[in-house]
Formats: sequence, C-alpha cells, structure tokens
Amino acid sequence: MSLSLFTVQMLNGLQLGVLLFMLSAGLTLVFGIMNFVNLAHGSLYMMGAYFAAAAYVRSESFVIAALVGIAGSAALGFAMERIVAARLYARDHLDQVLATFGLILFFNELARWIWGASPYYMNVPQALSGTVSLFGISYSAYRFAIIAVGLLVALGCYLLISKTRVGMLIRAGSSNPTIVAALGINIKLLNAAIFALGAALAGVAGLMSGPILSVQPGMGEPILITAMIVIVIGGIGSVRGAFYSALIVGLIDTAGRAFLPMLLRGILDRSTAQAAGPALASMLICIFMAAVLALKPQGLFPVKNQ
Amino acid sequence: MKFKLNRMIVLLGLAACGLSVHAQQAVKIGFLGTLSGPAGALGQDQYDAFMLGVEHLNGKFGGATVQVIKEDDQLKPDVGVQMAQKLIEKDKVAIITGVTFSNVMMAVHKPITEAGVVLVGSNAGPTPLTGKGCSPMFFSTSWNNDSLHESMGQYATDSGYKKVYMMAPNYQAGKDAISGFKRFYKGQVIDEVMTQVNQPDYSAEIAQLQAAKPDAVYVFYPGGMGVNFVKQYQQAGLLGKVPLLSTSTVDGTTLPALKEIAVGVVTGSPYSPDIDNPQNKKFVEDFKKKYNRVPSLYAAQSYDAAMLLNAALTKTGGKADDKEALRAAIKSAEFKSVAGPFKFNTNQFPVRNYYRVDVAKDASGQAAFVNKGVVLKDHADAYFKDCAMK
Repeated sequence: MSLSLFTVQMLNGLQLGVLLFMLSAGLTLVFGIMNFVNLAHGSLYMMGAYFAAAAYVRSESFVIAALVGIAGSAALGFAMERIVAARLYARDHLDQVLATFGLILFFNELARWIWGASPYYMNVPQALSGTVSLFGISYSAYRFAIIAVGLLVALGCYLLISKTRVGMLIRAGSSNPTIVAALGINIKLLNAAIFALGAALAGVAGLMSGPILSVQPGMGEPILITAMIVIVIGGIGSVRGAFYSALIVGLIDTAGRAFLPMLLRGILDRSTAQAAGPALASMLICIFMAAVLALKPQGLFPVKNQ
Repeated sequence: MKFKLNRMIVLLGLAACGLSVHAQQAVKIGFLGTLSGPAGALGQDQYDAFMLGVEHLNGKFGGATVQVIKEDDQLKPDVGVQMAQKLIEKDKVAIITGVTFSNVMMAVHKPITEAGVVLVGSNAGPTPLTGKGCSPMFFSTSWNNDSLHESMGQYATDSGYKKVYMMAPNYQAGKDAISGFKRFYKGQVIDEVMTQVNQPDYSAEIAQLQAAKPDAVYVFYPGGMGVNFVKQYQQAGLLGKVPLLSTSTVDGTTLPALKEIAVGVVTGSPYSPDIDNPQNKKFVEDFKKKYNRVPSLYAAQSYDAAMLLNAALTKTGGKADDKEALRAAIKSAEFKSVAGPFKFNTNQFPVRNYYRVDVAKDASGQAAFVNKGVVLKDHADAYFKDCAMK
C-alpha cells in the first residue's frame, strides 16, 4: 500500500468523522441535557438535505440552498421540540423511543409524499466540482470542503459552549437541569433553543451530504445508528467527546473498509477474505464500542462533575 | 342542497349496482410490489406502467373488465407472503403480477403458485426459480438475475478491457451480478469488492479502486446506492477516465437524481426508452405525459405484463377461472413487447435482447438514455436446461 493511498483514506476517514460529528453533536446535547432519546434526529438530517436540494434545484445557488437547508431544519427542530418532544421529557425512554420512531416513519412518508419516492437531485456547486491531485490520486474538492465546514462547525461549537453565557447554561444544564431551572433560567426556551441548534447542525450535515449522497426517504437511518454509536463512545452529553469519538469512528470505519480485506487476504484464501472482509469491517465500530463500554462505561470523554 | 344530496345518493346507489354487476365478470388481478421505503420508486414504476397498460386497453383484458388490487410488500418477505395470502384468500384474484425484489419473490412464489394462482413476475428473477425451482404457474416478463450482467460481461470482452474491477452489494443479487458478469467476461478480474447493503459512502472503496488502475469498472448498485456510487465516482474525477460499466445502477428511477453527473456511464439493459418500435413510442410518450418522468426498465417490463395478460385473456375469451387454459394461453400469447423481440423459453422466462445503453446528453442538453445496439441477441438464461418443464 502506498503512502498516497493511505493519505487519501485518512482524509476519507476525517471527512466521515466531521460529518458524524455534526450529527452527533445535536444528538448528544439533547440526550445529555434533556435526557431525551431522539431517534428522529436522522429525519432532521434528511429534511435538511431535502430542503437544501429543493432550494438548489430552484435557485441553482449553493448559498441559497445552504440558508434554506439550515434555517429550515432549525425551524423544524424548534417545532418538533414544542409540539412533540416537550410533552415527553417527563416520560420514560421507551415512550420517547416509540414517539420519535413514529416521527421517523412520518417524515419518511412526508418526504415521499412531497418529493416522490425516487432519489432527489443535488449536485456539488460548480466551484467545488473539481478534484485535487494528491500524489497521483485525485481527491474530490468538495470532500475537502466538507472537512473544512465540519472543522469550522466544531470550532463554533467549542466557542459557543466554552466561551459564552448560553454555553455556560448548556454545560450547567447537562450536569444538573433542576438546579438550572431553580436559578430562574427559562429552561423551556433553553431546551427549545438547544433542540433547534442540534437540528441546525443536522441540517448542515444534510446540506453537505446532499451532493455526495442520494437524497431520498430513509437516508437518515443508517447514519443515525453510527451517530448513536459515536455519542455512546464519546460519553453522552459531551460535545467534546462527540468530536473526538466521531473522528475515531470515521477513521476506524474507513480504515476497516479499506484495509481489512487486504489484511485478511494475507491469512485467508481469496474467496473467504472477500466474504469476511466487508462483514468484519462493518462490525468494527460496534466491536470498538463494546470494548470502550467494557473499559469505560461512561464513554471516553464523559461530562465532568456529574 | 337537499335535492342534490338525494340525487347523489341515488347516483351512488346506481353506481354501486353497476359495479356489482360488472364485478361478476371482472378479472381480478393482484399487484404486489415494493411501494414504500427507499426502494419504493421501483415498485411504483411497475405499478404505474401496469395501470397505463390497463388504461391503454380501456380497462379491459380480452374483453373482460380488469380490477387491479394493489398491495405493498415493504421489501419484507414476510409482509409479501401476508399480502399474497390476502390477495388469494380474501380478494380471490386469478393472477398476481409485479414483485420487485428477489428476496420477496423467493418467499411469495410458492404460496402463490401452489394456490393455483398465475404469477407473472415483472422484475425479480432469482436464479433458483429459473432452473430447478421453475413452476408452470410462474411466468416472467423480465429476466434471470444473471442475464442482465452477462450482457455487460460480453460488452467488456468485446471492448477489449483486460483488467476489470468489480463492486456490488453483499447480498444474493450482488453475488448473481458478479457471477453473471464473469460468465461472459474473458479478461482478468483484478478485485471483487462486496459492500454492505445500503452503504451510503463509497469513498474508501473508490480510493482503493483508483489505486488498482483498472481498464474498466463494473458495478451493480440498484436504487439509491447507485446514486451514491455514481456521484462519488464522478466527484473523484474518474468518470470519463476509467469507463464505468453497470447494470440496474443508472436507470429510469435514478437518472432524475443524477442528471448530467451520470453522463458517460455505460449500462447493460433489456430496455431503453429510445428503442424504435411503435408500441414503445406510444408507451414512452404516454408514460411521460401521465407521470412526468421517463419510464425505467421496471416500468417497461410491467407494461409488457399487462400486454401479455391482455393477449392471453383474449385467447381464453376473457375468462380466468380455468387455470390450465389460462396458463396455456399465457405461454402461447403473442404480444408486442416494448423492448423488441420477446418469446418464452421452456422455463417461462423470456428469450430477448440485451442492449448497451449509454447515458449521454440528448438534443436538448438533458441527460438521457441512448441505445447503442444489441450486445446479446435473443439471449436465453444459463439455467433453463435445469428446469424440468419442456
């Protein structure tokens, strides 16, 4: 294996990692602060992608698509919190899982009803449609953009959470929501704002994925499962944890898919390696999660002072 | 208002009487397909085209009024079996058509054919049903899974590609794709990569593929997987440099999501919207007018199923209650397929042409399918000899 291939695969892992971070940050905030299991987070990602794609098809401008995608999913997240989630905070997790699972079905059918069953069109913006040559292997310029946007979002989250008053409340809320409410903070508004922020982040992920993935009903589910694994590994409620573990999961998943079949071929015969490679690669992050949970049940970067 | 309401009730009553009179003569046909979920577009195409066929025949097959009852299998074999049982026992249909995916087909074909109901599959063609497991009650207007890929194997051989890199999802149809392609490909296969079903991102695999420097790449990624793969292949700068051959990857259901991104992809297909015959012209024109999209191969096969059933019921005088007579009529039915020459083999799968269909820009600058000629002419599948029927 050449160095260039290795570099490209690391970039692929990094790109998947930042995408997972944008999804899991919102998920972990809502779970950590409101103790609310939101399975419909993937639907917010899907709707973000649809909003952006629909705006892109009409305007042919990526900037407008970005604005519509992010604002649309934030608004949807806000509405979802007020209409559905707020009524469920006091109930147990099973009720929340059932209700938000219902929302998944609802949003998938809604998307099908509005935009049809076939995948929806969205291409990369003209300026980013080229490739960058890396020691003989071409790498999509758009994927570099995803990495850049992901890192910027991570930086933004860091500044918001560690340097602002809202961030202080978010951190306090994640440690002890009752005391925060007792201190006279409008916890309802804070909850809705956090939910909307999480939805906006999912919307950014949806917007950035739209041009590389197929925008279609159900696109949120496979990635939601990975995002769940990310927050479990990172430590529930911790955005910092979500960032590191998203990068780890992205790299492990990519490396597994790229290099595991190759390694297996060294010890097994070709056809067995061919069959076992992808199966093992897809299990890899789950095995990693199990190992983390066995050693550190709170996750790798749990919220402190809990 | 009151008067109007009364009149409405009378009218409704009359309509209901009319319906019940007709219902005695109507031939009931069950449509079973995947109509919801990510792959719902395929079943929807089948259903829409079948209904267009019914409409073209003024709602009558062989003079008998047709009543189509639609059920969604949700791409779940167990749901498919339930729905098939409902169609057979409750609705008492004589014929079931559709069935989008092979795994559902494998589950439903026995309950349907053993109940003495004729099954006309218009998409899924799993290998076991083509050979040893063939049934007198099962007809296909599509293909055996392998055949689709054989045409691209032949094309790769004809084009002189020495090293081909193959990718497919890790399930039965993906394995059929690889074996079908290899049956007709004479060069070297550098690697066969099986990915997870519904994997959204192929960046890792595409980087490996690029490093292997193949002459051509062959993929089978139906539905949204195909959109993902082709987008990412194009964005990696490979489309146009390394020929991308495929089957069921860029088709009528995915081209609208890809548009010019897919220009340059070569596909092997039993159907192309620009096949030049009068029945196809009418089909494509009316399908576009009615549903505002270009018909896919799934649509074409399902439209063919409607035309086949019409021809068969014409032979039986519009009667579907004598199973043997109906079966014989379907087997010998003559109809004009929108895809060109069509006849049943001994295993009741079609002997038909497979075309090379390119994605190219048409006169108006839109991405469209362009038929580049026949790759395999009057092609029979590789398994018909294992079928006990003669």
